[in-house]
Amino acid sequence: MTETTDARDSATAWRPSAIELERRAFRKRQTGRSVLVSALSTIVLAGLLAWALIGSPGWAQVQQTFFDPTVALASLPRILEGLWLNIQVLVAASIGVVVFALVLATLRTLRGPVFFPLRALAAGYTDLFRGVPLIIVLYLIGYGVPGLDFFPRMPVAFWGTIALILTYSAYVSEVFRAGIEAVHPSQRLAARSLGLSHGQTMRRIVLPQAFRKVTPALMNDFVAMQKDVGLISVLGAVDAVRAAQIETAHYFNFTPYVVAGLLFVLLAWPMIRLTDWVSARTRAREQVGSIV
Amino acid sequence: MSTRSASVAEPVLRLRGVRRAFGEHVVLDGIDLDVAAHEVVALVGASGSGKSTLLRTINLIERIDDGEILLRGQDVSDPRVDADDVRARIGVVFQHYNLFPHLSVLDNVTLASRLVHRVPRAEAERQGLELLASIGLADFARAFPDRLSGGQQQRAAIVRAIATGPELLLLDEVTSALDPELVGEVLALVRSLADGGTTIVMATHEMAFAREVADRVVFLDAGRIIEDAPARQFFEAPREERTREFLARFLAD
Ligand SMILES: Nc1ncnc2c1ncn2[C@@H]1O[C@H](COP(=O)(O)OP(=O)(O)OP(=O)(O)O)[C@@H](O)[C@H]1O
Ligand SMILES: [Mg+2]
Repeated sequence: MTETTDARDSATAWRPSAIELERRAFRKRQTGRSVLVSALSTIVLAGLLAWALIGSPGWAQVQQTFFDPTVALASLPRILEGLWLNIQVLVAASIGVVVFALVLATLRTLRGPVFFPLRALAAGYTDLFRGVPLIIVLYLIGYGVPGLDFFPRMPVAFWGTIALILTYSAYVSEVFRAGIEAVHPSQRLAARSLGLSHGQTMRRIVLPQAFRKVTPALMNDFVAMQKDVGLISVLGAVDAVRAAQIETAHYFNFTPYVVAGLLFVLLAWPMIRLTDWVSARTRAREQVGSIV
Repeated sequence: MSTRSASVAEPVLRLRGVRRAFGEHVVLDGIDLDVAAHEVVALVGASGSGKSTLLRTINLIERIDDGEILLRGQDVSDPRVDADDVRARIGVVFQHYNLFPHLSVLDNVTLASRLVHRVPRAEAERQGLELLASIGLADFARAFPDRLSGGQQQRAAIVRAIATGPELLLLDEVTSALDPELVGEVLALVRSLADGGTTIVMATHEMAFAREVADRVVFLDAGRIIEDAPARQFFEAPREERTREFLARFLAD
């Protein structure tokens, strides 16, 4: 057919017109201008904030107890060691959450009377665990389950991870379910018409589209969980928060908490950027870009 | 008008007393229909007459309340038959939302070959590219469906439906969601499939196209077949009064 070859021929012959070149030059100037303006306004705002903060009467006192560089440096190794535990817990919990949440979401979307008990169970579970505060789940799992003497002895971080999985799966399964239900039913129909089984349709057609639809919400939950891994410290696990607590007591200075807080931000930041990038990319790929 | 002969003894598709009701509303009221190999049958009828429902029952997407659906003599409406196997033997194209937006055009076309028929990827892709090339879409093989125009998407969907060499192709108003200038290219593809001997049952509002391409036209009204006649006879000398009324209304539009 000729439609594509025509387009290619005209593409090689085309040269931008004078008008278009002028427009491009204008756009370039505009971009340069807006970069300049935003840089300036950022500097002015930062300056104002710093001036207000440093100029306040209690600043010297606050700086000493919260922003002491020597304490920060001295406490850093211990806190980093703790953070490594947080990261391990985070990775394990994330995997656990995705798997368990997918199971829950799939159970909730099953149709037919046979599956009523499973559906009801999954619904009850998500209701319950979205209602209970994480810290209570942590206490119940962290102190209660080992008390059963049913399981082999495990480090507290293990039970903390389980508690995180139990709680966050409830949220994430709802996100998944919303995504699954947002996939147009005709997609399922088209897949089944091709002879794909229910499972294949779910894995190849529904879930990938559902995932894309809910990526921002998922990443949001992930970032929330990234902070909440710090809560395993209540069980006595020596993570970054617990390490900071120990260092704070040691130096009679709150700087280690600030250090731990900054580390958590640093940990979350790439993920936040990545989320933005990924969702922008899939959007660009799946719907032809328009200017607005 | 086409002059293909349906000489194979056993029909590809045979419907016997197919009935489907939604509550009190009887949508298919005892449908009897035979479709021979290489035959092209057009289903026409007013909106709500049951054309889409009939196509969905053939593909086992819609359960039937009574009757039999025989695919090459096998009763596929028997609940003991694996519906996935039956669907893999039938190609279907709907009105819209056919392609999977998260898969490239080539992956769309090769999906069923790879997953259902277990064709190795390289082999499936070779066939898929060949098919896409045959409809002038080879350049779009790696693109995502949203890059294609509506007509190109529908043509890709049709190619996807025939990629696994189904025994029967069902088309449900494949052009009615398209802008008028895109209808022609899709109909041209259907015509070339018909000329190539594909067995087709298609619901359509395109009377001129039905007349040109179909061997037989079946007129549905309120879930019953009112008239089932060779295309030329259907349009030039319909036997039933209601067919005449239907055609008159169409010509008036
Ligand atoms: N799942 C369903 N539940 C209830 N009623 C249904 C269902 N599916 C179809 N119907 C009804 O069955 C009748 C026939 O619908 P169908 O879609 O088969 O008509 P059609 O001939 O394809 O119409 P159109 O030309 O508008 O596509 C309609 O009255 C419709 O409301
Ligand atoms: Mg219809």
